[in-house]
Amino acid sequence: MKFLEKIVKKNAPKFAKGGKLEKWYPLYETLSTFAFTPNHTTKRGAHIRDGVDLKRTMMTVIIALIPALLFGIYNAGHWDLAVELGNRDLPFWADQGEKIFRGLMIVLPMIVVSYGVGLGMEFIFAMRAGHGLHEGFLVSGMLIPLIMPADVPLWMVGVATAFAVVIGKEIFGGTGMNILNIALTARAFLFFAYPTSMSGDKVWMSGLEDKQALAEKSDAVAQQMDGFSGATALGDAASFMSDKMTVAGTEVTSDAAVSAFESTYSQMDAFIGMIPGSIGETSVIAILIGAALLLFTGVGSLRIMASFFAGGWLMGVVLNAVGGNPYFDLAAEYHLLIGGFAFGAVFMATDPVTAAQTGVGKLIYGFFGGVIAILIRVLNPAYPEGVMLAILFMNVMAPIIDHYVIQANVKRRMKRLKTA
Amino acid sequence: MSKTVKLRKGLDIRLVGVANKVKTDVPMPKVVSIKPTDFHGLTPKMLVKEGEAVTAGQPIFQDKYEEVIKYVSPVNGTLKAIVRGAKRRIMEVQIDVAETQDFDGGSAIDVAGMSGEQVKETMLSAGLWPFVKQRPIDVVADPNQTPKAIFISAFDSAPLAPDFDFVLHGKNKEFQAGLDALAKLTEGKVHLTLNGKMPADATFTEAKGAQINKISGKHPAGNVGTQIHHIDPINKGEFVWVVNAQDVAIIGRYFLSGKFIPKRTIALTGSEVKDPNYMDVIIGTNVADILKDRITSDNVRVISGNVLTGEKIEADGFLGFYDNQITVIPEGDEYKFILTKGWLGPGFDKFSNSRLFPTFLTGNKKFRLDTNLNGEERAFVVTGELEKVFPFDIYPMQLVKAAITDDIDNMEALGIYEVAPEDFALCEYVCTTKINIQDKIRNGLDLIQEECM
Repeated sequence: MKFLEKIVKKNAPKFAKGGKLEKWYPLYETLSTFAFTPNHTTKRGAHIRDGVDLKRTMMTVIIALIPALLFGIYNAGHWDLAVELGNRDLPFWADQGEKIFRGLMIVLPMIVVSYGVGLGMEFIFAMRAGHGLHEGFLVSGMLIPLIMPADVPLWMVGVATAFAVVIGKEIFGGTGMNILNIALTARAFLFFAYPTSMSGDKVWMSGLEDKQALAEKSDAVAQQMDGFSGATALGDAASFMSDKMTVAGTEVTSDAAVSAFESTYSQMDAFIGMIPGSIGETSVIAILIGAALLLFTGVGSLRIMASFFAGGWLMGVVLNAVGGNPYFDLAAEYHLLIGGFAFGAVFMATDPVTAAQTGVGKLIYGFFGGVIAILIRVLNPAYPEGVMLAILFMNVMAPIIDHYVIQANVKRRMKRLKTA
Repeated sequence: MSKTVKLRKGLDIRLVGVANKVKTDVPMPKVVSIKPTDFHGLTPKMLVKEGEAVTAGQPIFQDKYEEVIKYVSPVNGTLKAIVRGAKRRIMEVQIDVAETQDFDGGSAIDVAGMSGEQVKETMLSAGLWPFVKQRPIDVVADPNQTPKAIFISAFDSAPLAPDFDFVLHGKNKEFQAGLDALAKLTEGKVHLTLNGKMPADATFTEAKGAQINKISGKHPAGNVGTQIHHIDPINKGEFVWVVNAQDVAIIGRYFLSGKFIPKRTIALTGSEVKDPNYMDVIIGTNVADILKDRITSDNVRVISGNVLTGEKIEADGFLGFYDNQITVIPEGDEYKFILTKGWLGPGFDKFSNSRLFPTFLTGNKKFRLDTNLNGEERAFVVTGELEKVFPFDIYPMQLVKAAITDDIDNMEALGIYEVAPEDFALCEYVCTTKINIQDKIRNGLDLIQEECM
């Protein structure tokens, strides 16, 4: 790697102050510090420093996302093929090659758009500030595709990413300064700006909308698609909230609705992830592998993850006790398996910039995040997925939680002063 | 009532180059230097001109605003040069060492019969006062205040730190005399805190007139700030004085002999030192002779003090006033390729408190760390990492942020009076941001001193 080092060193003067390419210094810095840890030494204070830096921290999160990403690719391919064949009961583990190919064709362009637009925006701001890219977006750029429905148009991914980076982060000062989680800001933007592309039962499987449009013109296709539902588990569960509970067109009782739900989405299917949903969110196993890495390396907070799950589960138990309609009666552990709950708990709520920063604060933050996620899910039929809104809400509340936790510490000190 | 404290937080950075417990003789240096910069916030007023003769114990400069505090020459000789920096600030006062020194003889001063005020005056005029530092602010003690307690740490837990049990072995009398003198300065207690992990030398265990506490845990257990916080924390408006254990012996020596004998035992340590060991030197000694033929590589950093809090000095520079050790480590001014030694490398050569590097797999392996920052400066992103190495009931990141933003109210509320920059040295080491945290805390303390004291 000596020749690379030579190139880096040789070109340094061109990008330095007064050099020919001075204004492109941020690009030089980004690329050179990517390839080489620079030769900066300690000038003041501690003469030696820990090996850890933000690049390695962020890279660990990306590695933790890989299982969810790979499963997401396969899952997206699976449902794409299912739509093509008009067969919702298509065996999950057959035709792997075709499914992986289809999945890649769906997910890769989204990743490219997300990184392309996001890094482009970041770069414009980095040029203005005259420093290299900061690493925050490396993770956000991967998270954004993973929380999108498979059928979302690419231009929407681009617009949402641009919105999240500029309004969500850069106007606050860049990496480390944002108030709301970047990826969730992107999703929330689409959720409210283009609700028809972000919810309902047509968007979760690639190609479904086109196919259903085709069905209206062609009888053959209509026959094939008859009874084919593109709903997610959350969508189906939310339909319990309507006055009439129907299974296959006939009205049924609450118990029958729950058991029909349970036979469509078994807990094992939901755990493995063989259900429709946003690209990265379906497989709890894949997410837990990522969680294990985050917890082992200490990058993700155990306090937040554990309390988020605990809060969600407890809220589910409380709703079970209240009862009243089938959604209330849905077993509490189901809530942790379906929708974006696990993904949110592991990858979104634990974002250290937007989460609470004190130890006790993290417990409170995670717990109420979980509680509110399930509360929104079950009590508000307009928002089938409560996790996104719950985490964004808790992002806003996190500084207040921290404030009171810190005030307790301050009061302890004041009390000592009085008794002394 | 002695106290026993156990710490769960902290970090022992395992470095190559701990000093063997043998002493080598070093010759008297040709030049010594007293550096006013070692005394934070001091504006010196020179009392001697360049070229004038000085004797050991003779004041060479004093505090411009607190004239009773004298800073004395450690040796007989002539004032060689007053080295000035930017804005004519005095950086060093160099003294050519005369061939004849008389550190022997003299008559004892009876401490027992003296009042606190007399002890104070004796120490001020003899140039012993700068050894006494105060918390809060971590500067030379203000002689107009009365401290609620005096704290002495009987061990140093910093990386490669000298072993005080070895250094002060057999100096029971001097240490005891120093303790007796210091005890006169406070109406409260003198706290002597031992390492709870291993038995201490008789110099410490048999010390009288002090409350003997024990603290066990990783660094910064040996930091006096940590000990104060857990034994008798400082509230706003209170003062605690602290003295380094070796300096207690120097003070004691004065009362036993009537002479200022500024000799201390230092450890020469670090991965780039051949056969690291101990030696007796004069305060402010030139290190060129000490380091001669002892350094094993070319591109090194010489530090007066330890790797976390020491000052960078030149290879022919001078030992700091308070420092008990010299550390030599490799400079890290080289590019490190991403996959081999850079940020995506396996990282077996890096010592990290996080599990992002395999340090936790390496057992007791000792590391040869260089001065590379290992990354670039960033905003605060990661949370909870400072807390792991900061054994105070204080929120470190919030306090650092308050210091950065000059937020006096929040600094006071969050406990700035209880900390010194050195307490944050480990935070600075582990922090992903690579921010100079000790500097930020120092600036915060300066602001507090200016506005609130």
